[in-house]
Amino acid sequence: MMPPTITLPIILFSVCGFLGLVVMAVAFGSSRRATPMLYGGVSIVSLVALIASTIQLSAGGHVTPELTLPMGVPWIGVHFRLDALSSFFVAVIDLGAAVASLYAIGYGRHEHEPLRVLPFYPAFLAGMNLVVLAGDAFTFLVSWEFMSLSSWALVMAHHRDPGNIRAGYIYLLTASFGTLCLLLAFGLMAGPAGGYTFETIRTAHYSGGVAALVLALVLLGAGSKAGLVPLHVWLPLAHPAAPSHVSALMSGVMTKVAIYAFIRVVFDLLGEPSWWSSMVVLALGGVSAVLGVLYALIQQDLKRLLAYSTVENIGIIYIGLGLALAFRANGATAGAALALTAVLLHVLNHSLFKSLLFLGAGAVLTATGQRDMDRLGGLIHRMPITAFGFLVGSVAISALPPLNGFVSEWMTFQAILQSPNLPQWGLKFMIPAVGALLALSAALAAACFVRGFGITFLGRPRAPAAAQARETDRFSLGAMLLLALLCLLVGILPGFVIDALAPVTQPLVGGRMPLQADVPWLSIVPIAASRSSYNGLLVFLFIAASAWIAALAIHRFASHAVRRSAAWDCGYPDPSPLTQYSAGSFVQPIRRVYGTTLFQARERIEMPAPGDVGPARFHVDLRDLVWDWLYAPIARIVSFAADRLNHLQFLTIRRYLSLVFVALIVLLLVLAIWM
Amino acid sequence: MDVILNLAPQAGQMFLVLLLAPLLTGFVRTTKARLLRRRGPPLLQPYRDLLRLLRKEAVLAENGSWLFRCAPYLIFAGTWVAAALVPTFGTGLMFSWSADLIAITALLGSARFFLALAGMDVGTSFGGIGSSREVMIATFAEPAMLMIVFTLALIAGSTQLSTIAGFMLSAGVGLRVSLGLALVALIMVAIAENARIPIDNPATHLELTMVHEAMVLEYSGRHLAMIELSAMLKLLLYVSLIACVFAPWGLAPDGAGPIPHFVGIGAYFLKLIVAAILLAIFETSIAKMRVFRVPEFLGAALMLGLLAALLRFMSRSF
Repeated sequence: MMPPTITLPIILFSVCGFLGLVVMAVAFGSSRRATPMLYGGVSIVSLVALIASTIQLSAGGHVTPELTLPMGVPWIGVHFRLDALSSFFVAVIDLGAAVASLYAIGYGRHEHEPLRVLPFYPAFLAGMNLVVLAGDAFTFLVSWEFMSLSSWALVMAHHRDPGNIRAGYIYLLTASFGTLCLLLAFGLMAGPAGGYTFETIRTAHYSGGVAALVLALVLLGAGSKAGLVPLHVWLPLAHPAAPSHVSALMSGVMTKVAIYAFIRVVFDLLGEPSWWSSMVVLALGGVSAVLGVLYALIQQDLKRLLAYSTVENIGIIYIGLGLALAFRANGATAGAALALTAVLLHVLNHSLFKSLLFLGAGAVLTATGQRDMDRLGGLIHRMPITAFGFLVGSVAISALPPLNGFVSEWMTFQAILQSPNLPQWGLKFMIPAVGALLALSAALAAACFVRGFGITFLGRPRAPAAAQARETDRFSLGAMLLLALLCLLVGILPGFVIDALAPVTQPLVGGRMPLQADVPWLSIVPIAASRSSYNGLLVFLFIAASAWIAALAIHRFASHAVRRSAAWDCGYPDPSPLTQYSAGSFVQPIRRVYGTTLFQARERIEMPAPGDVGPARFHVDLRDLVWDWLYAPIARIVSFAADRLNHLQFLTIRRYLSLVFVALIVLLLVLAIWM
Repeated sequence: MDVILNLAPQAGQMFLVLLLAPLLTGFVRTTKARLLRRRGPPLLQPYRDLLRLLRKEAVLAENGSWLFRCAPYLIFAGTWVAAALVPTFGTGLMFSWSADLIAITALLGSARFFLALAGMDVGTSFGGIGSSREVMIATFAEPAMLMIVFTLALIAGSTQLSTIAGFMLSAGVGLRVSLGLALVALIMVAIAENARIPIDNPATHLELTMVHEAMVLEYSGRHLAMIELSAMLKLLLYVSLIACVFAPWGLAPDGAGPIPHFVGIGAYFLKLIVAAILLAIFETSIAKMRVFRVPEFLGAALMLGLLAALLRFMSRSF
C-alpha cells in the first residue's frame, strides 16, 4: 500500500500522461491502428489515477498532500491539493473516464475523422482532473477554461451534422458566461489584497453582502456548467452532439465537476452560510428536477432525452445541497452530514448510470444510425446485451430498488424528514414543497425511462435500420456490463460507499453519518435505527429468491409449455409496425396534463376536405418558455444594441478623436466628483 | 431458537398474504355481484382461475422477448416482498427494517415499471395505450403516496412501517387533522393503484376504457396467473396498509406470544371483510371517470397529502 502523500504526484503524473497522449494523438491519430491504442492508454492512465484517489480517500483524510509548482503567475505559483473532497471527485472523474475509454476502444473505430476527437479527448480528461486538484483560484480558473474549451472542441467534432454548429456556439457562449461569473466570484473572495490560494480565501471573513454576491455568482457559474434551470439551454444541445463516449463523460462527469466547484466554494471557502441562501438553492433544485424530467419526457431524440434527464438529476443534487446548507446554517450537523452524503452518493450514482445510458445510446446509434426513437424499436431481439445494460441503467435512474439510484434518493427523503426541526418559517414551507417536487420528479423519471427503453428496445422495429441492427463490439459491451454491475453493487452495498464518504463530509459540515460498517446485516441507517433503515442487499436477495422460487415451482409442478403464435391484440393485430405506440403518442397523456401550460402544448388535427383522399395530419406545437421569456429577449436586446452601435465603426478620424476627448473629460469629471 | 421465534411471524405473514390475496378479491367480486342482485361467482373462484391458468400452456406472441417472459415473475416477486413487509396481524416482522415505507412504495414502483415495459414488448396498440396511461396515473399516485408517507413518518417519528403501526397502536395519537387528510389521500391512491372504479375497471374488456387490462392483454397461462396474483396481492397490501396505520386494533405487538397473534389474525380477517364490503359498495355506487379526469382526482390526493405534510411541518399539534 502506498503512503497517501505520494498519491497527489501519481495523479499529477496521470494528468501528464493524458497530456502526453494528446501529443501522441496529434502525431499518430490519423492511422487506423492508433485509435484503440490511444483509448487503451487513456483507460490505463485513468485507472492509475482512480486507484490513487481511492487510496487517498480510504486513508480517511488525515493527510492532505499539497504541492506548489513554480509555474503560472509568478507571485502565486501553481498550487495542487488533494483533500478528501478532491479525491472523491478525482475518483468519480477517472472511473467514468476509464470505462468510457474502454468503450471507445471499440466505439472509436466508427469515427470518420478520428483526428477531430482523439487529441481533445485526453485533454478534456486532463482539464477535469486539474480543476478538482487546483489549490488556488488561478489554477482553478485556467483548468476550468481548459476543460470547457476541450469539451467544446469535442462537441464540434461532427460539425457538419445539422444543428451542431448552433450547439457549439451556444455552448461557447454559456461556458464563457459561466467562467466570467466564477472569475468575478474568485475576484471578490480574493479581495483587493489578492490572496488567490484557497488557504488564504478560507481564512478570510466576508460581509453578508459579499458572501451573497459570491454565492449568486457561483450559482450562475457552476450552475451553468451543471445545467441548472434556467441556465440549462446549452446542455441538451451540446451533450448529444458529441460522440457518445464523450456525451457520457460530459453528462456523467463534467456536470459533477461543476457540482465540485459549488461545494468547494460554498461549503469550504465561503464559511458559514445564511439560511436564506439554502432557500434559493432548494428552489432552483426543485424547479430543475421537475422541468428537466418533463423536457426529457417530450423528447424524441434518445440522446437528448438523456441530456435533459441530466438536468433533472442535477436538480436532485442541488435539492440535497440546499438541504445541507439549511441544516448547516442552523447547526444541525447530523442532518447536514446526511444531506451532503446523499448528494455525494447521487453524484457517484448519476455518473454511473448516466454514463451507462449514454454508452447504450451510442451502441444503438452505431448499430442503426438513428437517435430518433420513432425510427427504432424491437432492438431487444437484435442487441440483447445492450438492451440489458440500458434496462439496468433505466431502472437505476428511475430510483427503483434494489439499484443505486434509489439509495441516494431515499437518503435525500430521509434528510427532508429531518427538517421540521429547523426554526425558520420560510424553510418550513419550502422544504415540504421541494420534497413534493422531488417525489414528482422521481415518478416522472420512471415514466420517462419506461418510454425511453420501451420505444427504443421493445415492440417491433419502426424502420429498416432498426430491423437489421447488429449487437455492438465486445469492448463496448464490457464497458456497459461493468457499469451495470457497479450500479447493482452500489445499490446493494451502499454502506461501504457511505463510510468512505465520511472524511469528505467531516471538514465541510463538521459531522458525518453514523458508521455503517457496525450496522448488522449491511443495512444503512441515516440517523438512528429506530427512525429508518434500508437494506438493499436483503431486498435484492428477497426479490431474486421469490422470483426464482416462483418460476422454479411453476415450471416444475404446473406447466412449462410455451407456444408461439401471432399477437392477440383483441383479435385484430395489425401487421404494420406504425400502429404501435410511438414516442409521441406514448407521452400524449402526460403532455396533455403537464404540458398544456408549461410547454404551451397545442394539438391540431388537419382533416382533408370531404372527398379528398389525402392523409389527415396531426400536429403538436410546443414552446420552450425558458427560451421565449429569458433568452429570446436577451438576444433581442443584444442585437438591438449592436445595430445601434454599428455606425460607430464608420466615423471619420475627427469624430473618433472628439469621442476620445469627451470620454476623457467625463472620466476626469467622475473622478473629481468621486474624490 | 430465538431466530425461529422471530422468523415465525415473518414467515407466517409471507404465506398468509399469498393465501389470502385471492380470497379478498373473490370476496369483493361476490359482494359486488350481490349488491347488483346477481349471484356472482363462488368465493373460491379466483383460486380456481389461478390454478387453471397455471396448468395451461403459455401462448407467447411471436416477437415476445425475454423481458416479456421474466417480467411476470419480477412483478410478482416485487409485490410479494412488499406485501410481506406490511404488518397484517402483528408488528413483530423480522425483516421490517430491511425496507421502510418509502422502500415499499418504491418496490411497488419497480413492479409497475416492469409491467408497463411488458405492455410495450409485443408492440401492439393496446399494450401501448395501457402502459402510457399507467405511467401517467403513476406520476400522480407515487408523489401522493410519498406525501402520505412523509405525514405518517413525521407523526410517528419513523419511516419503518412496524414502528408506525406500533406508534398508532399506542395511546395518545388521538384525532389529528393531518391524519384525516392522509387517510383520505391514501384511500384515493389505493383506489388508483389497484385499478378500481372510478379510475379503471377490473372487470372490463371494453378496450378503450382499460388501463391495467390493456397492458396484460398479451399474457396467458402461467404468466397471466403471476400477474393476476400480483394484482390481488397489491389489493391486499393496500388494505393491510390502511388497516395497520388507521385501524391498528388487535395487532400483536413485537415479541408477543401466540395468543395475541391469533387474536391479531382474527382482527385482520374482520378488517379485510369490512374493507372488502366498503370497497364493493363504493365501486357499485360510482361510475368510471374519463381518463383525463383521473389527474384531477389524483391531483386532489397529492394536494391533500402535501397539505397534511405541510401541517406537520408547521406544528406538531396538527
